[in-house]
Amino acid sequence: MREVAVVGFTQSPSLRREPDRNEIEILIPVIEALRKQTGLSSKDFDFVCSGSSDYLAGQSFAFVSGLDAVGAWPPVCESHVEMDGAWALYEAWVKIQMGYADTALVYGFGKPSMGDLPLTMALQLDPYVMMPLWPDAISIAGLQARHCLDAGLMKPEDMAAAAVRDRGHAKSNPYAQVKGDYTVAQILAEPFLVNPLRRSDCAPISDGASAIVLAAGDRARKLCDRPAWIRGIDHICEPMDFGVRDLGRSRSTEIAAEKAGAGRDKIDVAELSAPFTHQEILVERALGLSAKTKVNPSGGALAGNPLMAVGLSRIGECATRIWSGEADRAVAHATSGPCLQQNLVCVLEGN
Amino acid sequence: MAVLTAVVGIGQTKYEAKRLDVSMAGLIREAAERALADAECTWRDIDAVIIGKAPDLFEGVMMPELFLNDAIGGAYKPMLRVHTAGSVGGSTGIVAASMVQSGIHDRVLCVAYEKQSESNATWALSISLPFSLASVAGAGGYFAPLVRGYMRRSGAPDDTGIRVAVKDRQNALRNPLAHLQMKDISFEMVANSPMLWDPIRHLETCPSSDGACAMVMEKESLASRRSGKVAWIHATEMRSEPTMFSGRDQVMPQATLDNAANLYKKAGITKPREELDCAEIYVPFSWFEPMWMEGMLITERNQGWKMTYEGATAFDGDFPVNMSGGVLSSNPIGASGLIRFAEAARQVRGLADQHQIDGAKKALGHAYGGGSQYFSTWIVSSQKP
Repeated sequence: MREVAVVGFTQSPSLRREPDRNEIEILIPVIEALRKQTGLSSKDFDFVCSGSSDYLAGQSFAFVSGLDAVGAWPPVCESHVEMDGAWALYEAWVKIQMGYADTALVYGFGKPSMGDLPLTMALQLDPYVMMPLWPDAISIAGLQARHCLDAGLMKPEDMAAAAVRDRGHAKSNPYAQVKGDYTVAQILAEPFLVNPLRRSDCAPISDGASAIVLAAGDRARKLCDRPAWIRGIDHICEPMDFGVRDLGRSRSTEIAAEKAGAGRDKIDVAELSAPFTHQEILVERALGLSAKTKVNPSGGALAGNPLMAVGLSRIGECATRIWSGEADRAVAHATSGPCLQQNLVCVLEGN
Repeated sequence: MAVLTAVVGIGQTKYEAKRLDVSMAGLIREAAERALADAECTWRDIDAVIIGKAPDLFEGVMMPELFLNDAIGGAYKPMLRVHTAGSVGGSTGIVAASMVQSGIHDRVLCVAYEKQSESNATWALSISLPFSLASVAGAGGYFAPLVRGYMRRSGAPDDTGIRVAVKDRQNALRNPLAHLQMKDISFEMVANSPMLWDPIRHLETCPSSDGACAMVMEKESLASRRSGKVAWIHATEMRSEPTMFSGRDQVMPQATLDNAANLYKKAGITKPREELDCAEIYVPFSWFEPMWMEGMLITERNQGWKMTYEGATAFDGDFPVNMSGGVLSSNPIGASGLIRFAEAARQVRGLADQHQIDGAKKALGHAYGGGSQYFSTWIVSSQKP
């Protein structure tokens, strides 16, 4: 395996609604800032890969204009996944592994505020038997949360505590959307949004974008004093049908974490992109995190949730903590699909 | 550094206007099962699944790979969904190959599909957004001016496109999977078909099809042990450029020229017209055959139409193109690129049945998309590099 590191990361603030900018206008300054941060120009990227969703943009080929933000001239070696940018990073990492590239630009972006996100996500379900019922994303997650509570896997207090922790951490994150000092009692006093979920159990709806630069070996060492080396990265997809998987644990996160070697050593920092508090608890357990791990120092997805960029941002947030020396070893997580269907785990190290 | 990789199994559905007998899951499973049977594998032998298709609005499902994954044995495996506009089928093949070439997986399955009967592609391509230019013309309306541009600069005879349309439909009669089976196809028939987007006539355009194509790829140490024929991947390449900017040559984009030059360089090819035995090229509108003969550096600039005119690209020509009938005869959009890649592989495996070119050893698979701005290509051979 070639040594590959995250050497650059930039993001836009997560906003409930970008009033004036379209997806590409959100992305342009993010990539521009990344060029400044790394000193690289578009010509220096051997490979470019992005993640976005046509359904968030309400348009076919919405990702095409992302090339305008890259400034893809002369023409670039480029690919796109209809997935979170974390999977675009995986594809770029593969291209570097096969020797096709030494550097890669990866980005993800989404502007879900243009539609009714919970209903849009209903279009992700099986179109023949589930989607015609229009179950919105919060109701689907609510069913899973209800199962977790009824099976005694967690208590409402545990869920509220996850929100309190993440929002507290987010106070120091200028890009976060939901932040501040809350108490468990305060959150439990909220009315249900979709029983048993309260508004504070749900990640916000966020517009935003983020971008990362990967580099191999000595190239990474030249670009960064303390590169965040990718020591393991893997992803697993479960079947979608809720009847054929255990909704009380995240089996795919467990397998991905094992294959990525997450549990082989201490984990200083973990950044999780679970969009509901009960899911965050399930992911923490699947990763086998102990009390020694600082979870979501940025606030995680519960503090800012720019779909299609949120998973990529978790990798970036881990990387910045490696660069600064705050962490020696960090684990980033990304998810996709209803009820944690598909999960990616990335292990980053400073040494 | 890359691990040598081969195509060891190929499966396709019959291409039809409406496959009402199967769901989307049933459609891709049909192709995947055939690819596994060809590769003499089971679902358990597959390490990862790569799914490709064109815009989600074509079927009305957001990220459909999530509900489809289970149908092609993807449960508890890595799964990626590729989407690079019309070139997506080709890109899906390239991403799948890279999973093996990188040494990460031993054997992967890739599937690309479109079930266009679930929706209306021209509608899905014509949504007008606030503050954006809306052509509301579908793909044909977008490409017609590019064809006009090519006709003007090359001085090609007006009937070049008609000849391509007739040739590809005749080839389709050799391919029982092809959607259009027009036994009475003729020059007059194409010439007299209604003008849709001047200069593109109805019979110079691709159909709208349901269908899926699948491939199994394997690393050298496994593929070498096989007694059956495999297609060795000599080179893959992709290039993209923005849709619009001042001075952009949309007729002959820089991205196709760069893509072709780098592809041949990687494959060690200096004279593509002589060294390649045949090609499956993405030709959704007839005129794109001569245009991409130039864009793929098979012939000189503004000379592509001569290859059509002189019969070089015909089944019995010196550089046969689209022996399967091509996109003009079957077009499940998201799959069309992978079908080109797969048909190139079938040729060098010697398994292309009635549309086999005798002795084909090295073949080109090609796809393009967006506003002539995304290109993905590969070269496969019966011999190791």
